[in-house]
Amino acid sequence: MKDLISITDLSIEELQELIDKAEDIIQNPNNYWDKCKRKKLATLFFEPSTRTRLSFEAAMLELGGNVIGFSEASSSSASKGESVADTAQTISCYADIIAMRHPKEGAPLVAAKAASIPVINAGDGGHNHPTQTLTDMLTIYLEKGRLNNLKIGFCGDLKFGRTVHSLIAAMSRYEGNSFVLISPEELRVPGYIKKDVLEANGLPYKETENWDDMPELDILYMTRVQRERFFNEADYLRLRDVFILTMDKLANAKEDLCIMHPLPRVNEIERAVDNDRRACYFKQVRNGKYIRMALILKLLGIE
Amino acid sequence: MTIDSIINGIVIDHISAGKSMEIYRVLELSKLDCQIAIIKNATSKKAGHKDIIKIDSLFDINLDVLGYIDPGITVNFVRDGKLVEKRHLTLPETVTDVIKCKNPRCITSVEQELPHVFHLIDREKGIYRCIYCEHKPKAEA
Repeated sequence: MKDLISITDLSIEELQELIDKAEDIIQNPNNYWDKCKRKKLATLFFEPSTRTRLSFEAAMLELGGNVIGFSEASSSSASKGESVADTAQTISCYADIIAMRHPKEGAPLVAAKAASIPVINAGDGGHNHPTQTLTDMLTIYLEKGRLNNLKIGFCGDLKFGRTVHSLIAAMSRYEGNSFVLISPEELRVPGYIKKDVLEANGLPYKETENWDDMPELDILYMTRVQRERFFNEADYLRLRDVFILTMDKLANAKEDLCIMHPLPRVNEIERAVDNDRRACYFKQVRNGKYIRMALILKLLGIE
Repeated sequence: MTIDSIINGIVIDHISAGKSMEIYRVLELSKLDCQIAIIKNATSKKAGHKDIIKIDSLFDINLDVLGYIDPGITVNFVRDGKLVEKRHLTLPETVTDVIKCKNPRCITSVEQELPHVFHLIDREKGIYRCIYCEHKPKAEA
């Protein structure tokens, strides 16, 4: 495997290998501090994303490597009209590995085809964001000790939320998982995810607008209703506050429920929930760095 | 109706009735100087009716395009008056610059020089997706 463009590029064995490596990094950080000495990660961010970019950069720095790059298209040659393929080919002369975020879907694949070094998709528009999915999977594995036989609830913007689509696709590959999709009607999971992923794999799922299934959930994945996905401000304001997680709603939830969120949060999780031991979203952020460290090592062929 | 036999050329047979003009256009047959016969609604034992195109030239034919438009087609290559090769077409694994990706969020919408490549993901249902953004072609979406 040269690049990581989509989570489906990884076999179940490769996913487990990455998770095991991340666990080893967490347990034995001193074994990894100079693994990427004299290696350079180029973070090519054609649209801003502080969190993902810093996570990649922190991952490379913790491996003893260095980081170069840009954090918005206006400070790159893209503003002069350079193609993604040319940029990727150029950066291949400077760095050892690329992490790319781009507003257009498929741009990292174009880069991967042109680059001679590994390319990691750090998010392409509303399409793929495989390292977020890896982060989510590592978190589920660390919290529950398994990736199968789980009842997973997704709540919020399930229509535009690419993290939701990718995680559903990834978790559909494991036996015994079932899904509860909690959202307003306007923001339901797109038909192709239901048809091509859930129904094609014969997985049980339920679409609902209420919290009745809370007591059965092992995982609750909350998402933000993103302003930038709406064409109309009134629709955004109307739907933003519909599904907010509060301590009251958690009253009958399992003791070992794992509450996740890709962050940033606006108001969809009440602040009081942060103090509940079931809140895992800040652990998730930390896990994101570890899984990216594991991924960088794998793509650079470093043990 | 009599049409001369071909000595060196290509016979595109078993075209679904009514599709011959689309194939004529997509293969840009108007650019060829040779004789071309388009037979519409010929009697077919299998399909009832079919179209046939006879081209009096062994030009470099794009079979992927043909397979995508009408996968039931048979292409016969004739050399010195003899049938030298018969190809039964199926849906190709990938088609390049045959379908345009219409997704405004796809990278192909801003980088004009990129080839529009679609990959077959379901042979039974004939479903293709853009390799960049995974959108289906507009007509099937």
